[in-house]
Amino acid sequence: MSLQEYFSLVFSDYTLRTITIGTAILGAICGMLGSFAVLRKQSLLGDAISHASLPGIAIAFLITGTKDTNVLLLGALISGLIGAFWIRGIVKNTHLKTDTALGLILSVFFGFGMLLLTFIQKMPNANQSGLDKFLFGQAATLLISDVWFMAIVTGICLVVLFLFWKEFKLLLFDADYAKTLGFNTKFIDALITSFIVLAIVLGLQTVGVVLMSAMLLAPAAAARQWTNSLSTMIILAAIFGMLSGVVGTGISASQSNLSTGPVIVLVAAIFVVFSFIFSPSRGLLFRQIRFLKNRRDLKLHKTLSFMFDLVKTHEDKSHPHAVKILNNFQGYTRGTLKKLEEKEYIKVEGKMWSMTEEGYQFAGNLYNQHIENE
Amino acid sequence: METKYAVTVDDLTVAYNYKPVLWDIDLSIPEGVLMAIVGPNGAGKSTLIKSILGIINPIAGSVSVYGKPYDKQRKLVAYVPQKGSVDWDFPTTALDVVMMGTYGSLGWIKRPGSTQKKAALEALEKVGMLPFKGRQISQLSGGQQQRIFLARALVQNASIYFMDEPFQGVDATTEIAIINILKELRKAGKTVVVVHHDLQTVPEYFDWVTFLNVKKIATGPVKEIFNDDNLTKTYGINYKVSVQQ
Repeated sequence: MSLQEYFSLVFSDYTLRTITIGTAILGAICGMLGSFAVLRKQSLLGDAISHASLPGIAIAFLITGTKDTNVLLLGALISGLIGAFWIRGIVKNTHLKTDTALGLILSVFFGFGMLLLTFIQKMPNANQSGLDKFLFGQAATLLISDVWFMAIVTGICLVVLFLFWKEFKLLLFDADYAKTLGFNTKFIDALITSFIVLAIVLGLQTVGVVLMSAMLLAPAAAARQWTNSLSTMIILAAIFGMLSGVVGTGISASQSNLSTGPVIVLVAAIFVVFSFIFSPSRGLLFRQIRFLKNRRDLKLHKTLSFMFDLVKTHEDKSHPHAVKILNNFQGYTRGTLKKLEEKEYIKVEGKMWSMTEEGYQFAGNLYNQHIENE
Repeated sequence: METKYAVTVDDLTVAYNYKPVLWDIDLSIPEGVLMAIVGPNGAGKSTLIKSILGIINPIAGSVSVYGKPYDKQRKLVAYVPQKGSVDWDFPTTALDVVMMGTYGSLGWIKRPGSTQKKAALEALEKVGMLPFKGRQISQLSGGQQQRIFLARALVQNASIYFMDEPFQGVDATTEIAIINILKELRKAGKTVVVVHHDLQTVPEYFDWVTFLNVKKIATGPVKEIFNDDNLTKTYGINYKVSVQQ
């Protein structure tokens, strides 16, 4: 199937449409909540939680014996929450730092989950195969009921976000201060963490345990590059996440043997790379351009201020000086002289230069900190 | 005349992992004073403020504000945290940060409106930061960030102000701006408590002082107790300061 066929099929083919809508919603909610994780400097929390959910899936299967996704995801939710609150407990009650606690919970839970998975695979039960789809996800197994469920959770999340917007922002920026204002920060914090866990569990079926954290972090990290406003950042992150979902699904559906989860994550990564390079205010490209421009300006200013020092000793400011004088000065080149003339800061006649009134004013204010050039 | 106390601290004890940081602090802060808390590094100055404000849970002790438990009087108390306690790369503007000072009186869910915005703009004006209201906060200098924090506390329109090292790492302009605001607050009858490091400026800026080094060494009017004896007890060395009156 080519990409073109895919786009015509999206609207007619039921399965493809379900998967596309599902990954779009998933991308949006993950982008939104991922912004919170990134701003709270808990980027790895998502990774730890998703890995911590694996034993829950296996245990849910062992207890119930069904492959019903909802039951398995309930197991994932419980074990993910246990992991999340253990991390918090470790940080609070021991000398260990957050990164250590995250790494510890992540690997212990994941290791335990893998152990259970291999155990299940060796059981004489034909039903067992398919649990490992939760490792890397399998978007093709998304049902319309799953998508509805995702949509409802996203809706609730939006309502909560809207209601507690001010509280969330306050907690993210200054949790201690929020406490002194009388807000129950534990409650707000638990609310955010619960939604992050919920989003992760929703994504396990599609993207899988291993790659899930990228769904949270990549859109948020990309969005941060483009804006300095929290609301815009969250909206952008949701859009980036959604696009990653749709484009990723499209690419994987139009090629055989490309699993959806990894492709979605790669598309999200492209957003990140693009944002890191091309964002106007924070991007690498424009920063480099600004750096070069500043250096050029500085060279110009240095020459101009040297000239200013000469000119200022004369009564007549437009008194001509020999170009030769400048030879002693390091920053000066023929190019800078020309540029200064273009800006009409100086006039050059033959081998003499003189400063214009405008140039004199500009040079006089050059290093004056009190003048705001807003 | 009986002195009215803005804040009373009883038997406050704080410990991190068995090591006491504050030991059995009794402290009464009279209404309307401009008080400095001084002491060496690790003396528990910030911890004292944070446990008064309920940010840190003490293992013992109680705090009352105007005779009632602090929990019930939160709206009377404003807080200026250390500048370094937050991430200034957070995506928000100076005005937005100052608006946060109004959140406490708004309570849950309710959004700030034009009244709150007006108050925030006035506070920005007071600290001389009005031209920077739309700036992304990472693009402010250290002194400007400190003034934004101060403005945020002013918006709370409290009776008691706790400030954690507001003079740390700020330039002369900001220091003067801050001290003028502190004096204005005192003139308006407010009580201001400041964790302070520069002993030289204590007599000039403050009228009340508390010496702290895990235990409370002394508390009282600067004129009476800011002397070599207390400084030596607090810092453990003979710290000579010239007290200029």
